[in-house]
Amino acid sequence: MTIEPMVDSNEPPVLALSGVCKRFPGMTVLQGVGFTLRRGEVTALIGENGAGKSTLVKILTGIYGLDEGEICVGGQSVHFASARAAWAAGITAIHQEPVMFDELSVAENVFMGHMSVTGAGLVDWRGMQDRTNEILHLLEAGFSATTPLKLLGVAEKHLVEIARALSHDSRVVIMDEPTAALSTREVDDLIRIVGRLKAQGRAILFISHKFEEIFRIADRWVCLRDGRQVGSGAIADVTSADLVKLMVGRSIGNVFPTRETAVGEPTLQVDGLSNATEFADLSFVLHKGEILGLYGLVGSGRSEALQALFGLSRPTRGVIRIDGKVVAIHSPADAIAAGLAYVPEDRQTQGAVLAFSIVENVTLASLRRHSSGAFLMRDRETATARSVAERFAVKARNLDQALGDLSGGNQQKVVIGKWIATNPRILILDEPTKGIDIGSKAAVHAFMAELTAAGVAIILISSELPEVMGMSDSILVMHEGRVVRRLTRAEATPELIVTAAAGTLESNVA
Amino acid sequence: MNGSSILKRREASLALIIVMVMAAVGVRAPIFLAPATQLNVLIDTSILFMLVLGQTVVLLTRGIDLSVAANLALTGMIVGLVARAAPGLPIAAVIGLAIAVGLVLGLINGFLVAVVGIPPIVATLGTLAIYRGTIFILDGGAWLTQADMSKAFLHFPNATLLGLPHMVWLAIVVSIAMWVFLNFTRRGRMLYAVGGNPVAARYCGIDLARQQLLVYAISGMIAGLCGYLWVSRYGIAYVELASGYEMTVIAACVIGGVSFSGGIGTVPGALLGGLFLGIIANALPVIGVSPFWQMAISGFVILTAVIVNARTDKPASKIILSEAKRAAVGPR
Repeated sequence: MTIEPMVDSNEPPVLALSGVCKRFPGMTVLQGVGFTLRRGEVTALIGENGAGKSTLVKILTGIYGLDEGEICVGGQSVHFASARAAWAAGITAIHQEPVMFDELSVAENVFMGHMSVTGAGLVDWRGMQDRTNEILHLLEAGFSATTPLKLLGVAEKHLVEIARALSHDSRVVIMDEPTAALSTREVDDLIRIVGRLKAQGRAILFISHKFEEIFRIADRWVCLRDGRQVGSGAIADVTSADLVKLMVGRSIGNVFPTRETAVGEPTLQVDGLSNATEFADLSFVLHKGEILGLYGLVGSGRSEALQALFGLSRPTRGVIRIDGKVVAIHSPADAIAAGLAYVPEDRQTQGAVLAFSIVENVTLASLRRHSSGAFLMRDRETATARSVAERFAVKARNLDQALGDLSGGNQQKVVIGKWIATNPRILILDEPTKGIDIGSKAAVHAFMAELTAAGVAIILISSELPEVMGMSDSILVMHEGRVVRRLTRAEATPELIVTAAAGTLESNVA
Repeated sequence: MNGSSILKRREASLALIIVMVMAAVGVRAPIFLAPATQLNVLIDTSILFMLVLGQTVVLLTRGIDLSVAANLALTGMIVGLVARAAPGLPIAAVIGLAIAVGLVLGLINGFLVAVVGIPPIVATLGTLAIYRGTIFILDGGAWLTQADMSKAFLHFPNATLLGLPHMVWLAIVVSIAMWVFLNFTRRGRMLYAVGGNPVAARYCGIDLARQQLLVYAISGMIAGLCGYLWVSRYGIAYVELASGYEMTVIAACVIGGVSFSGGIGTVPGALLGGLFLGIIANALPVIGVSPFWQMAISGFVILTAVIVNARTDKPASKIILSEAKRAAVGPR
């Protein structure tokens, strides 16, 4: 970047945090976080998934209150009672996936919530459009205030979000993984715009997993790990290797069950699975009793690729073999028949039928096995549900209780039980421990070990590095829709995985 | 079964309300409670019972079939015209034809919804108009009257078997078949699943489009059967036959606890909803209340039913939400 930031060290920082602490029942998610943002500076906030970045953003934007510590804006201590208060104080966040109104124009989106009004109490369309066009001009946008939002692509929608931040003159702009869904060229454009914002003297908090971007754009960095601030400083003084070490620096291993890695015959062979936009050339061999970890950042195409494998979408190319035979999987029904099971990431919305009883949920993916001819066998269904409920220790009054009456954790157990009830030979687990407590996590991991001991092959999609490393026999790392690294359990180090996922090494398909 | 005690409570309270209405009307006009009157109410409501069950399966999948009454009228006209041209046609053939025509009209809806992907309310609003219009094209706006129909054609619905008219028997058969289908077959469970959570059903290998084709086909077949029954019972067929009756059918479903958001509803509930409207329709004239009140009363009951429903649903979903929130926020 050639633009010189205008930093005046005598001026109070635009935003200063000290000793910020946030607790949720039973755990501390942020502790001792303190850093400052200055005019015309870009600060990169880095950390693994679950390090506390999102919580911090929510505190800064007034969605969460803080339990300890202080936030100062322009040298004055503030308390954000609401998202609106943070906004009024000049802090705006631009989210990963823009939430906006597709049917409205760009100007309406930019001014939503703070529309200008004429003396007569009517909406000041002209004023809003002029102001929007001014901002868009500044951002070198290729569309105008009157363009309907639905005609814009993701990158352009990000511009609208940025325009929105500029429309009320935000002093602090938080960008939460703004490049996750963008192409390389779009990323270049975005980085140029960030440079402009910087030149205008705004303070920017830039959250990204991609070191290449961080080193191009940021002046300073702050690193979180497990909710604690483990370091901060000037970008010029560090290398990406230093940052990776800080991000992942913790012992991994002993909390995971030790498995006898008795990997058997190949059971699933995938060759060149591709679709037009999300993933390309996914190839791997999965053996009986093996856990294959699939690591990648949000938007790396990992879930999309495996959803295609499961028949939820149509790949354009690729051959799938099970036990050596080519199988055609055109629908989830075909996949289930072939012995696959897919436990989706969002188990409640993608898995639970709340109006159904526990029994009805458990047998939903294996109805054929629980019926004779066209008729369901209640006894058989109840027997399956009982064994699932016992195996997973589901807490419920009885098996006919509606799933909607159970707690979230118990709903998840029933949903996982539903897939186990299909007796899968190949189990795909998409973020199986996301959002569950440590005790339940251990139970899930133990259960995975138990399944593999029985010869089930597992594909584990996870964003949690310790989990991927602790559970997998081999690991595929995806970046921008492709496998960029293949590692065995012995080879894998956190640094190798993180750098490959971030796309910094010109790493090479093994 | 599907749904739990809340629904059973609902059905019980609806049954109680029906008994209370009957008692209240009986005090004013004891004749209303006479077995002969009651049988008449039952005969009168038979068609509604069947249509309500057809609509119920559609609503279970988050769909809606606005074209039932138009289907009924068009099928009735076609069957009537065929019977006029071939007076000797056996009744079994007439009924078979009615069901087949209804099936075709239902499959058109199913095709538009499941294959073309048009929202059900729009697709069936369109076919409603097309089916009505087709009646006019077929008969050029003329009416079919009793004079055009054979004795056998007119006689069948009211002829009795073991003391009950055929029409009532048909309603009983359809009800039992539907109850068995929804409660004890794999396919029935799938219908509840796609309505209850379409995404989860998809992951489980349950194809939404197939279930949609099926439910519109069922609704169509029932509408077709009812088309013949309606025309023969009242001895008339014309463009405006049963015009607007789809609203009565849908109202009965809602009163009976069938959810518009899919996945919730039972055969007994739907039948009680139909019975309630049937009783109101027959009772009000007996006690000298204008039939216009009938609409207002059913409207009032619909709103009450929906509000009661929303209240009973709330606590459960609240618990889930707070759990989900906690889960999203982090380990507890």
